[in-house]
Amino acid sequence: MATSVLGTDRADNYKETELCLGLPGAAVAKNEVETATKATGKRGFAETVDLKLHLQAKDGVMDLNENIKSITSNVKNHLPAVTIKDPAKPPAKAQVVGWPPVRSYRKNVMSQKNAGEEGDQKASTGGSSAAFVKVCMDGAPYLRKGMIDFMNERKLMDLLNSSEYVPSYEDKDGDWMLVGDVPWEMFVNSCKRLRIMKGSEAIGLAPRAMEKCKSRT
Amino acid sequence: MITNKKPRSSDTDSIYMKDDRTEMSEDDDRSPSPNSITHDSRPTRTYTTGSGPGTGPGSSSVPEYLAPCPDQVLENVLENVLLFLTSRKDRNAASLVCRSWYRVEALTRSDLFIGNCYAVSPKRATSRFTRIRSVTLKGRPRFADFNLMPPNWGAHLAPWVSAMALTYPWLEKVHLKRMSVTDDDLALLAESFSGFKELVLVCCDGFGTSGLAIVASRCRQLKVLDLIESEVSDDDVDWISYFPDTGTCLESLIFDCVECPIDFDALERLVANSPSLKKLRLNRHVSMGQLHRLMAQAPRLTHLGTGSFSPSEDVGQGEQGPDYVSAFAACKSIVCLSGFREIIPDYLPAINPVCANLTSLNFSYANVSAEHLKPIISNCHKLQIFWVLDSICDEGLQAVAATCKELRELRVFPFEAREDIEGPVSEVGLQAVSEGCRKLQSILYFCQRMTNAAVVAMSKNCPDLVVFRLCIMGRHRPDHVTGEPMDEGFGAIVMNCKKLTRLAVSGLLTDRAFAYIGKYGKIVRTLSVAFAGDSDMGLKYVLEGCPRLQKLEIRDSPFGDAALLSGLHHYYNMRFLWMSACNLSNQGCQQIAQALPRLVVEVIKHEDNLDMDENVDTLYMYRSLEGPRDDVPRFVSIL
Repeated sequence: MATSVLGTDRADNYKETELCLGLPGAAVAKNEVETATKATGKRGFAETVDLKLHLQAKDGVMDLNENIKSITSNVKNHLPAVTIKDPAKPPAKAQVVGWPPVRSYRKNVMSQKNAGEEGDQKASTGGSSAAFVKVCMDGAPYLRKGMIDFMNERKLMDLLNSSEYVPSYEDKDGDWMLVGDVPWEMFVNSCKRLRIMKGSEAIGLAPRAMEKCKSRT
Repeated sequence: MITNKKPRSSDTDSIYMKDDRTEMSEDDDRSPSPNSITHDSRPTRTYTTGSGPGTGPGSSSVPEYLAPCPDQVLENVLENVLLFLTSRKDRNAASLVCRSWYRVEALTRSDLFIGNCYAVSPKRATSRFTRIRSVTLKGRPRFADFNLMPPNWGAHLAPWVSAMALTYPWLEKVHLKRMSVTDDDLALLAESFSGFKELVLVCCDGFGTSGLAIVASRCRQLKVLDLIESEVSDDDVDWISYFPDTGTCLESLIFDCVECPIDFDALERLVANSPSLKKLRLNRHVSMGQLHRLMAQAPRLTHLGTGSFSPSEDVGQGEQGPDYVSAFAACKSIVCLSGFREIIPDYLPAINPVCANLTSLNFSYANVSAEHLKPIISNCHKLQIFWVLDSICDEGLQAVAATCKELRELRVFPFEAREDIEGPVSEVGLQAVSEGCRKLQSILYFCQRMTNAAVVAMSKNCPDLVVFRLCIMGRHRPDHVTGEPMDEGFGAIVMNCKKLTRLAVSGLLTDRAFAYIGKYGKIVRTLSVAFAGDSDMGLKYVLEGCPRLQKLEIRDSPFGDAALLSGLHHYYNMRFLWMSACNLSNQGCQQIAQALPRLVVEVIKHEDNLDMDENVDTLYMYRSLEGPRDDVPRFVSIL
């Protein structure tokens, strides 16, 4: 993270003296609105699916993932920093991780308020409009309520494919299906609850999925 | 009464048990006494053996009277005296006098404070201090709060609670900060300590409502359950309903950070069943109507967190709502108000009846304007602690300055935590506060622009300042009037505020600012630095000049190995040093690790940068008696 800051440079252009958490050799982003794709903003440790019972979107986690996906506008109310909510305002300056030093909890609460006002929504609706589903995992004593991150299909499948566990879900009809058998959107729209079961128990779920696909698409 | 102290061994323990109860301390009672004895009036702990008044009924000890030798007399006296030492610092000093004092101090300590959970192992702590009633543990470093540390770094409660479950059956209080706590940990805690009274979790995570449910149902003596800025996962468990129906001894229930909805009926029953309840802080899922009902159940509350402070959705526009003003008027004891999470400003005047008595007011989640604030704050003459959003603007701060002459602590948080906006508060607000609130001791102030003049003014007007944390949100921002660095302002703070122990700097700062800190900040213990300084000299000034420095956290500043090495003489006196995105290399950190074997030197890498290259992303180092910890995640290497 070497910086070529000398006293004299400072007067010219603050951007040159900006220190970010970039990789060595990765030049400070001058033109990019968001540093999300760089090491700075993309704190990849915010996984939305973690089979060790962190299967939830903690607000902070959601926050960080939003950083990554904020290019797409299908984003819920969370992050003030990088998303461009109001087209009339100039694009946000590149934000640095953890600056200003406000705790995630507070940041999230504020950003919900922010969005609430801009969208002329009643502030007391509070939470996002994303779906919460109950998640239960075989062998684990506690249920969790998790939020489906709509954008994270790939991650979910990668993670789960590499383990012996199989994600199944209960859809609106009350049928238990395998995640991945129906198109992601259909899954997201119909999923009521999620169960992560051991592979051996998941036999017999696949056929139903085929029928559903045919009847709906 | 002169008594003989026998060495402790298992077969003689039973003897101690049967002795005259009036001379035994609470520790040796096997059943918890109904009236808890406070530390101050703790009865003497003496061991008696032999006949005479000291022997209780049923004693099987041999009735022999042994003349105590002078050493033992001294130890007994010492014990009785040391019992009254409550300050940790004094106790630590006493324990260094000699072996005897060390031993006695260890036996008489009841509050265990561990500032860094990795500085000492649970085993070592529980072996030395065997009579602990209260444990405070701190885990992650503070910068972890700002996403500068990957999750799962550590600070697990599990090994601690396991060790304590074995050695502290009479544990009553656990206070944790920045620890990872699981539901299993909470279950173990609830099961192991039958007299458990207080659980305080600050900035913790890893647990959910299941864990809370277990605590609520098993800890029958629970007086305090405080969840502060912690992350609590929603397990779909109605934890409030797990408190016993028959009544609780709850004095404090704080759950404003719990994001999941709660069952209001269960809460109302709980409040009705908790006659000792004095502190209640609700989460944002409690509406005003519900608040009203709760206040009716608990008129003796002293601390109230109001929840959302807006009506629930099913209250129509023209409907006559409950009389909130009367509700507040009825709660004559309220001195601390917070909450207002989704405040409808029209309702704010409802709190007027309690304003005159308020000593603490937290509006930091309430988006209120100066106009809304003024009529309220003008009544708050006794206010000592005020947390607020910058939405009140400089004008609002002027109103605070005009009325709140007793103010000790002010925190102004940003409504929008961004760098590139205008910002509603500035040096004007700071100046006003400095002129109006002369007794100020602690300030945290987020702003977009500042001047040296205002900071200098504060340094002169508020000589009692102990904590000065100024966050100019734009990185490297100079004094916006003069264009100069903020060196002089911070210099004045360290120079004029003779009681200053905590400092956080920001804005454009050269090495000169650090020279000031090194020269004048002789009692500074905690220093936070971000995007500041020009060269190694900056850090050197501080490490060489501040003998009391305990906690140093630095990010994104051009300090390198040479600077790091200049602190070798001091690192064993510090709790920790954090440096991220500075100019450190592996080699430099390695040198430190080699020179100071009792220091744990952690190099933390970003998860997507796990190759070992020369540059150190984050250095976190701390003194420890244990050497490298055994729960190191893969992104941490210990040198």
